[in-house]
Parts: sequence; C-alpha cells; structure tokens
Amino acid sequence: MKKYNSERIPKTERITKLVEHLYAKLPEIESARAILLTESFKQTENEPMIIRKAKAFAHILEQIPIIIREGELIVGSSTIAPRGCQTYPEFSYDWMEKEFDTVETREADPFYIADQTKRELLEADAYWSGKTTSELATAYMAPETIKAMEHNMFTPGNYFYNGVGHFTVQYEKVIAVGFEGIMKEVEEALAGCQVGDADYATRSRFYEAVLISCRAVIGYADRYARLAEKEAAGCSDPIRRAELLQIASNCSRVPAKGAQTFHEACQSFWFVQQLLQLESSGHSISPGRFDQYMYPYYRKDLEEGRLTREQAQEYIDCIWVKLNDLNKCRDAESAKGFAGYSLFQNLIVGGQDENGRDVTNDLSFMCIEASFHVFLPQPSLSIRVWNGSPHDLLVRAAELTRTGIGLPAYYNDEVIIPSLMSMGLTLEDARTYNIIGCVEPQKAGKTNGWHDAAFYNMCRPLELVFQNGIDCGEQIGPATGEVEDMQTFEEFYEAYKTQMEYFISLLVNADNAIDQAHAERAPLPFLACMVDDCIKRGKTCEQGGAVYNFTGPQGFGIANVADSLYAIKTLVYDEKKVSMADYKKALTFNYGKEVNELVVAQISGKVAREFAMNGVKADSATVASATQEILRQSVTAEDQRKFKELLELIENVPKFGNDDEIVDKFARDAAYTYTKPLLKYYNPRGGRFQAGLYPVSANVPLGAQTGATPDGRLAGVPVADGVSPSAGKDVHGPTAAANSVSTLDHGIASNGTLFNQKFHPSALSGEEGLDNFVSLIRTYFDKKGSHMQFNVVSRETLLDAQKHPENYKHLVVRVAGYSALFTTLSKSLQDDIIRRTEQGF
Amino acid sequence: MENILQTRGRIFDIQRYSIHDGRGIRTIVFLKGCVLRCRWCCNPESQEFGIQTMRVAGKTKVIGQDVTVEEVMEVVEKDRGYYRRSGGGLTLSGGESLCQPDFAQALLMAAKSIGINTAMESMGCAPYEVIERILPYLDTYLMDIKHTNIAKHKEFTGRANDLMLLNARKIAESGMTNLVIRVPVIPTFNDTPEEIASIARFSDRLPGVSKIHLLPYHRLGQDKYEGLSREYLMGDILPPENEHMAMLKKTVESVSRLKCQIGG
Repeated sequence: MKKYNSERIPKTERITKLVEHLYAKLPEIESARAILLTESFKQTENEPMIIRKAKAFAHILEQIPIIIREGELIVGSSTIAPRGCQTYPEFSYDWMEKEFDTVETREADPFYIADQTKRELLEADAYWSGKTTSELATAYMAPETIKAMEHNMFTPGNYFYNGVGHFTVQYEKVIAVGFEGIMKEVEEALAGCQVGDADYATRSRFYEAVLISCRAVIGYADRYARLAEKEAAGCSDPIRRAELLQIASNCSRVPAKGAQTFHEACQSFWFVQQLLQLESSGHSISPGRFDQYMYPYYRKDLEEGRLTREQAQEYIDCIWVKLNDLNKCRDAESAKGFAGYSLFQNLIVGGQDENGRDVTNDLSFMCIEASFHVFLPQPSLSIRVWNGSPHDLLVRAAELTRTGIGLPAYYNDEVIIPSLMSMGLTLEDARTYNIIGCVEPQKAGKTNGWHDAAFYNMCRPLELVFQNGIDCGEQIGPATGEVEDMQTFEEFYEAYKTQMEYFISLLVNADNAIDQAHAERAPLPFLACMVDDCIKRGKTCEQGGAVYNFTGPQGFGIANVADSLYAIKTLVYDEKKVSMADYKKALTFNYGKEVNELVVAQISGKVAREFAMNGVKADSATVASATQEILRQSVTAEDQRKFKELLELIENVPKFGNDDEIVDKFARDAAYTYTKPLLKYYNPRGGRFQAGLYPVSANVPLGAQTGATPDGRLAGVPVADGVSPSAGKDVHGPTAAANSVSTLDHGIASNGTLFNQKFHPSALSGEEGLDNFVSLIRTYFDKKGSHMQFNVVSRETLLDAQKHPENYKHLVVRVAGYSALFTTLSKSLQDDIIRRTEQGF
Repeated sequence: MENILQTRGRIFDIQRYSIHDGRGIRTIVFLKGCVLRCRWCCNPESQEFGIQTMRVAGKTKVIGQDVTVEEVMEVVEKDRGYYRRSGGGLTLSGGESLCQPDFAQALLMAAKSIGINTAMESMGCAPYEVIERILPYLDTYLMDIKHTNIAKHKEFTGRANDLMLLNARKIAESGMTNLVIRVPVIPTFNDTPEEIASIARFSDRLPGVSKIHLLPYHRLGQDKYEGLSREYLMGDILPPENEHMAMLKKTVESVSRLKCQIGG
C-alpha cells in the first residue's frame, strides 16, 4: 500500500466565489491600525518599549474593525476591504505621504486610498516624526554608508523602511497547546525571575509583554466568535447558519486552546499567520512545512470519520484564498522590485524528517491541489526534492508548473542540508528546513535569519574600477588606480575585489545599523513567544532571542560580472585586441548608443569635480552646458566605429550559461568575490552574515541604475536574474544553462540561490513531457544546483510580444525541438507558436 | 576505437535538450545531406550535402561543418546525467543519416561503447546492406513513412517509396532494433483518414512494431527558405487543426492495434 493518497480532488463553487470576491476591486489602504497604534503609544510614553509594543498590539486587536467575508470557513481579516492593507508608521511613513497622490495610479501594485484615510494617516503619522526605526537606523549609519546608498551601490530598503518578517514560527506549538499553553510556560518563566537578577528588569518586562500579546490574540479570536454567532442568528440560510456556528465554536476554542479537529487547526494556523503580519509589517512570514504539522489533525479526523478528503481540501483552499487577502503597500521603487503584491508567504511540501526519511503525505498533494484550485500567487509554493522524493509528487508539481502560474519552486535537499550545517545548524534541524520568502532556507521556529537583508548590485563596483572609485564626480570607493595603468588582468581583478570588499563592509554597516534600530524600537513580543529560545532567554528575536541568527543580503548580476571580467581578460589582456582606454571610453559613452540619464550623470559629475578641483565655482547651468559640449564633441565617427567593433568582439567572447568549462569556472570564482568576504562579518545578534544569490525582481529597477558594463550590456538595461545567465546569452538550451549554473558554488550561498528557466508549454506536454521535465530538475540537482523555478510562457505573453517586440528582445521559445528568438520570427510563425500554447494539456 | 573516434562527417547542427525525438532528454546530431526533397521540409538547409550559407536573423550563417566523431561525442557526453535520469540519449537526424553511413555508424558505435542510448530518425532510403551495418548499434529506429502511394510520394518528395517500404519490412523482421513509425501529417499530401489508415495498416503488419507517431505539419522552417533564397511552396497551407489530428489518431486506432501518439 502507498503511504499517501494522491488522488485529485475537485474544486468547489465556494472557492471560485471567494476568489472572485477577493479580486473584485483595487486593494485599499486603511487607517485603523495606524490610528490605534498611535493612540496607544501616546498613552504609554514613559513605559519600557516592549510593554508599549505589547499594549499597542493589544489595543489594535481590541478595536480594529473585523469582518467575516461571504462564504468563508476560515476567518480573520486585517482589513475590511478585500486585499486591503494597514500602515505601519512606526517603521517609516514619509514615503507613503509623498506618494499619496500617485499610489492609486502607479504601474506596480497600485492601491486605492480615500481622502479621509489620507487625512487620518497624516494625523497619526505626525506623532512618529523622530521615532521610527528608519530614522534611528540612519542615525546609526556611518556617513560613507549613507553616501554609498545615495549612489545606489546597494539598497537595504526592505528593513530600513519596514518590519523584518522572514520567519517561520512554531505553528505546531500553538495548534497543539494554544496560547493558554504558551502563557503557562511564560508565567512559569516569570515566576522564576528573581528581582535581584541582573536582567530582571528587561526579562520580566519581556514576559509581561508576551502575556499581554497572547491575551490580546485570544480576545481577538473571541471577537470573531461573537461576530459569527451574531451573523448566524441573522442568517436565514440553514447551511450557512451551521457554518457560522461552527466558525463561532472554532474561534472560541482556538487559538486559546489546542485544536481538536483539522478545521480548528486550520483556524488556529490562520490567526497566527494573520496576526504576525498585523504586529509588524514584515513580509515573507512563511507557513513552512504545512503538510507536516497539519497532518496529525487531518489523519485523526479522517480515521475517526469526522472529515472527508473533500472537506479537508476545501479548508486548505480557504486558507490559500486568505493568504492572498493579506496585503502590503510598499514605496513605489520597492513595489517595482517586489512586483505583484507579493508577500512571499512560502509554504513547502515534501522532504525529510529529522531522521532523513521521506515525509511526503496526502497533504503534500493536497497543497499542490489547492494551488491548482485557487490559482493565485500566494502561498509561494515550494517542493523539497531529494533522492528519496516520490516521482508522483514531482510529476504533480510539474503539472502545476505547466499551467504557467510560476509555481512551485523546487529545492534541493542534497545541497541545502549540508549548506545549513556549514552555518552551524544541527543535522536534525538542517534536515527539517523550510524556505523563507523567495529562496532562503532556515530552521523553523528557531531562526532569526534576516534573510533578504539588502540588494547588492555586483556590477556597480565594476563601474567604480573604471572610474578609480569615483561615481558621478564623487569619490565614494577606494582609489584603486587609473584603469588604463593596470598592466595585468590580475591587477584589474584585484581592484575589483578591493571595491567589492569595501562596499560589502558598508553594506554590513547599513544592515547592522538597521538591526540595532529594530532591537531598540521594534521588539516584537508576539512573534517571540513562537520562536526558540526567546522565552528561555527572556529576549525578543530582535534582541537576539533566537537559537540561530543570520543576516542574509543578496548579491546579483553574477552573470554580467563573470561575462564582463572574462571579456576584459580576453580582449584587453590575453588577445590585446582592445586597449583599456578604448574600453573605458566605450563604457562612458554607452557604446555610442543612447545617451541616457546615467551617462549624463556620470559626465556632469566629472565636469563638476574638475571645476571644483581647479577652484572654479560653477553653477549647475555651467556644468550642464559643459557636459553637453563634451557629449557633442567627444564621440567621433572613428569612436563610433570602434564602439561597434568592440561590441562585435564582445559578442564573440564565450558567455556564462553555455556549458563552457572555462567561463563557468570563471563565474564560480567571480561569485566568490561576494559570497566569501561576507562570511567574515557578524551582526549585533551574534549571528553571521551569509550570502544569497537572487534578485527577486530587483534586477530590473536596479539595472536601471547601472551604467554600461563590459559584457556589452547597455546602461539602464536589467542585469542578469539570480544565478541565471544573462538574458539571451545562453543559446544551447536548458541543459547547457543548467550545467553552467550548477558550476557555481551553491553550497556557500547558504541564504539561497535562484535559477529561473523559461519554457514553452509544449516542452511539458503529455506524460512524457512531465517525466522529462522532472528529469531535468533531478539532473540539475544531481549536479548540486540548489533551486530551480520555471516560467512557462503564456499565450498572453506571446501576444504582448507581438505587439511590443521591443520589450521582448530576449524571449526565446522552444517548440518541437526548434528554438528561436520569438520576435525575429515572421508573423505567421509567431501565430503558429501562439496556437501551440494551447496544445498538449 | 581510435578509428571510430577519428571518423569524419558533415553536420549542420547539434541540438541539446530535445524531447520530441525518441525517449527522454536527447541530443540530436543533424547530419547534412538528404536523398529526398520534401516540399514541407522544416530543415531545408539539411538537404544539400555541400556547405552553404543562409541568412538567419539578418546575419549570414555558414551551414555545414566537418567534424570528427570525437568532437561530436564531447558535446553528447555533456548531457549524460540528463540521459540517465530520463532514459534519453543520442539521436541522429538530418537530412538522411544514411547518406553518410560510415559516419552514422561510427557515431552510434561510439555512443553505445560508453553506454549511451541511441536512436535515429531516417526514411530508410538506402541499400539494406548499409542499414544492416548500423542496426547492431541502434536502440530505436524512428522511421518516417510518409505515404503508401508511390506516385504521390514521388510527386511530393522527389522519389518513389518502394525501397523504403521494403526496408521497413526488413528492419522489422531483423528484430535488431525497436522500430517506431512516424508520419508527418501534411495537408494536401497525406492528411485524409484513408491515407493515414493505409499507412497504419502497413505499419501494423510489420512484426514487432507497436507504436506510430503522427507529427502535425508545422511551418517553423518557413523563414529558412527565405534565408536560402528559395521559394516556400507550402506558404499558404495551414497546420492541421487539433480536432483533425485527434480524428486521425482515432482512425489509426480503429484500423490497427498500434499505439498512436500525436507529436514525437
């Protein structure tokens, strides 16, 4: 007999309606939380911060409007409007006020905001001037760090302006013993404190804060119980009335007490998931191994005849809908980097237990089924893959991939487990890892991973090598010498490493300053009671309460850096086909192509600097006219010819992503310029820095801040995505690209790597297509790749590419073993390929 | 072995991650030169044995390259891990591989000697003695049968089909390879139920044959004709509709015991 039931389960009408309701309108910004938070803070001015936070949380949960949406079986909404969001002025607020009038019309993730809401937020926000984590973090930063950030060397925007998030808590503990159980543990710890203890003051206040928070959560659930009862009383439909009474009964039991049924376990899970995100604004609060901790409740109900598989599926589907009901408004720039209203609530199925046995169960399949049913971006569904993973599970996952939803992502136990152990996790903790947010592995309920701590653009230090550490006329990096004087490639590479190490140290400074600000101004008592060893140590996660502490900023643009370094080595030093002076000029003038803002900013910066060095006081108009003069005169016809020739030479230098051993090893080494120096550093919580190599979608906006690079990439164009080859540069198909990417050291990037591949759906057609697809993943993982995800090109994408070919220059489609750049094909062929997207399912 | 590895031949492409030509993930080596001139051919650059130039996306590309078996195997070897996981391997295609029999044989021998599964797409248009030499090294023979009518075959491909049909029988009777029949379904040529049924009946009578693939016509090679300054004679012919293909599949299943699939 199989150890799991993988039968498909149909979707119910309820789920269709819940999804329709959720997406009927533009999401809305609400003010209730900000008002309540501020009210509470005004009344607790002289109390310890942790108590103030707990009291504010309690005040919010007592007063915030609540709603049960039509047809819901799992309740708890942070906003009245579907997919609405609250605001979190305690972290930062000024960006939102500045964007009040554009937030509704912006391209990435627009939100509706009512005029009255604007007024209410302005009033609440006024209190927070000088009190936010972002202001304190800035005060802690070194001046050179702030300068580097102004010059777009890296951006720690995430936690600079928001809560940290990026946790998986002990859901299983809450579901098992309830907050009453946790409160008992905390009360005992509090009783054990002696007034004479050195840390009595902070420790006892911490426990009190946890108790206030737990009581508040129980009270919040009770408000829902009463609301459900009230609605049941007024409900004429007997079926819905029974459902509402069940909701009332669930909410009066959980999360105060341990869950007795699967339905209660689902409700208990949901309150934790929702309220963590109401306590702070962090994203990537990840449910983790849902199929594991929910399984005992499912099995028991099934065995005792209380539940059918269909009912269980519907509860899971309801949770999937709710995960999309939570929302967050980011500033316009960040919204571009995280486009798609994504909260990155990562939920992972499959994998091993602490003893190394496969744990795939019914729920692993039902979680995939729920993503089929709901067909929405949340949760970020992930699959753990190892040699013992059942083929069935991967084939079902591949079927989901084939729909084009971009889920699930696949993770390799065989790389991630040893990688986590290299960072100090025990074997048991490493084996039971889950993924946070995009791709970051960690041990649930024990880790404050500070994953996603910054975006570090590896191309920018390369620009500074060419400019001797000067950017837009300002010396922001080390003076590594004039690039024309570098006699050997080793000298050039050394200069790059020097620039890298310097800016990595500033990145660390920025992250640590923000870390400190969170410890002081944003301790989170509710979160702390579900992460070990916070209760034992009497500290929040922000103050170092977690067992494992990390900071994981992610580098990106490896493919560009590797291709650039290799092109310079080949063309300037080995073959001596181009002089460094000519290369530099080509980069300065964007290879003679469009003169965009980036080009102008660099040149006018240089002009201003020269005026200043010669003691000339020049106003901006003088600088601008001198800049125009340079742009007009400097690029001769001869230069244009040279630029063109250089681009052709670069084109012919081998590129990362084509299974070329020499270039791939070069890329492996180039990635070390980021991953290795970071490992030297520690954060204020006593944990280490660890590198990630993934960009979310920031490779586009941050590419817009990057000048021309020596790999032939023009100024402002997106940089490479994750560890993937540069767009359009991998021309030998998926296996060659996967081989190249697997050459990188994924193990040292313990904060995760991201490898994206694009497919035409015909590549996955039929059972054989799925089998082959699974084989591709398995082989990439045999070769020690860490993560893989897939975009299956949709019909809509191809239609859009026909209309706007300029946006899809690199779109490769592979059909029937034939691959081509889509936009170079004739219209009739494009039409055939579009037609083919509909076949094969 | 040294001799085998140094055998030279002419190819025009090597395509990795091919999943529609034989089982699993495969690497296809395209041999240059063909005996037929099918009007719908999606690789017109394969037909001439001589090295040519073709305009591809605005650039002139040389088509055809002389290589040794060793050089080809270096590329084939790179995806061994994928073959192992998927049951894939090397596929020879063309052109017609049998136009370069020594080279084809050496490639297949080299692959088999290092444990790589082999397949060949071919019309079987060569003296049987040539085919017989290759069979011991060939796991799967993907054989094109385009039509059962000699005259129509000749009209659309430039040659009669009697030799090929005879070879098909001999290959099947040899029992040395897994023979799979493939039919390119070309509107105006062979896309009526009667024509497909006739091919199915013929194939069904071949001993050991259990699978037939119906490959719907596509125009993906159309731009190449322009690149070669040749006229594409099928320009106004649309690929068959999904419903039509499904109907043909039913036809095959009603007149034969063959397992029929649409696409490779």
